[in-house]
Amino acid sequence: MTYLADVGTLARKDLLLELRARDTLPAMLLFVLSTLVVFHFVLPGDSSKLAATGLLWVALLFTALLGLSRSFAAEREQGVIDGLVLAPSDRSAIWLGKALSILVFLGLAELLALPAFALFFADVDGSLVAGVALADLGIAAVGTLLAAVAAAGRARELLLPLLFLPLAIPIVIGGVGASVSAHSARFLGFLAVYDAIFALVCWASFEYVVTE
Amino acid sequence: MRIRYSLPALASAALVLLTTAIALIAYVAPEDADQGLSQKIFYFHVPIALTAYVMFGWGAWKALVHLWRRDPAADLESYVAIHQGVIFGALTLVTGSIWAKVSWGVWWAWSSNQLVLFLVLFLFYAAYFMLRFSIEPGPRRANSSAVYAIFGVALIPVSFLAIRLANDFIHPTVFTSRGPQMSGLMFFTFCFSWAALLTLAACLYQVELAGKRLDARLRELRELLA
Repeated sequence: MTYLADVGTLARKDLLLELRARDTLPAMLLFVLSTLVVFHFVLPGDSSKLAATGLLWVALLFTALLGLSRSFAAEREQGVIDGLVLAPSDRSAIWLGKALSILVFLGLAELLALPAFALFFADVDGSLVAGVALADLGIAAVGTLLAAVAAAGRARELLLPLLFLPLAIPIVIGGVGASVSAHSARFLGFLAVYDAIFALVCWASFEYVVTE
Repeated sequence: MRIRYSLPALASAALVLLTTAIALIAYVAPEDADQGLSQKIFYFHVPIALTAYVMFGWGAWKALVHLWRRDPAADLESYVAIHQGVIFGALTLVTGSIWAKVSWGVWWAWSSNQLVLFLVLFLFYAAYFMLRFSIEPGPRRANSSAVYAIFGVALIPVSFLAIRLANDFIHPTVFTSRGPQMSGLMFFTFCFSWAALLTLAACLYQVELAGKRLDARLRELRELLA
């Protein structure tokens, strides 16, 4: 139970920091909204709703990247990560706590993005919402680990998208499939499998990323 | 190294096997009834792709060994294996593209699952090099690279599944790039060609590893002298 308490404390720390400093979430909200407005002008007038749904996924993915690239900023700039690694708790708790806070940010950004999408482009149905929720789990799990990896590099803001996008291709396929295909259950199942596999790999390997 | 490979012997074996494989492909393997001469690229394309998988798998295995035993030698081996894998992966894309042009008339076909998978893997492993070159050499870089290399072997089956699923809503039609049946002689040629390419890959791997080790040792000596 102490493990879960550690995770909860770490996630609460990130959320509190965000509540006081407000440097990630407002940026994500504004970014996703402006991207959707840009997409209106990208799509020709007679293009299908399917194209708009595809672009929604692009907007969500890049919004997530924006949040992820800031996720280890405090840890890196203030040297918090050394303290966290030295703390008497399992290192994977750092990953889980961070992933949970990222998940909250993503959920809040989508709380704005999906109604805005419904308003500007097309209706949002249950399978799209389910796809977004499952994709968020995968994005938070993989993205948090890669953000920690990229934080060690020189050009970290540049590195994260390069590391993340190839791994996000299956998420995009699952998400777009869930929202446009007639067999959305199959794609939702695939997303769940992706989340399970990569969450496990990230959970097991996070320790090696933050220690020497 | 516990086993001493004799590099010249390995290189000669690769040369002999590859020459024999080319002769087998040209003169012994029967011509495909459906695609004719162009099908012969199959004996290179598919073994190259399989060899790339083997190298990626070997790189991930060495990465695991590194995380397990904290062995810097395993880190270097993992890097060299992935480097060779990327070279073979790029060759897969090139040969696949040529084959697509000859048999379907286009240089690129999104409906070919294997080609798309290799493109995703190529992007993924190209990012591996970006990661490696942006972190200072040391245990931190070795660990991060190893974790990323292990992600690669998880990504291969997941991407394969995803790309097959994607054809469901992107391309409903399915091309079959290969005849349904392979005759015994064709299968033998295929296996022989694969063995030749695996030997070539092993040889290139050893050459690059020897060079990289020499480089590392030289740097150590320089630091000692400085």
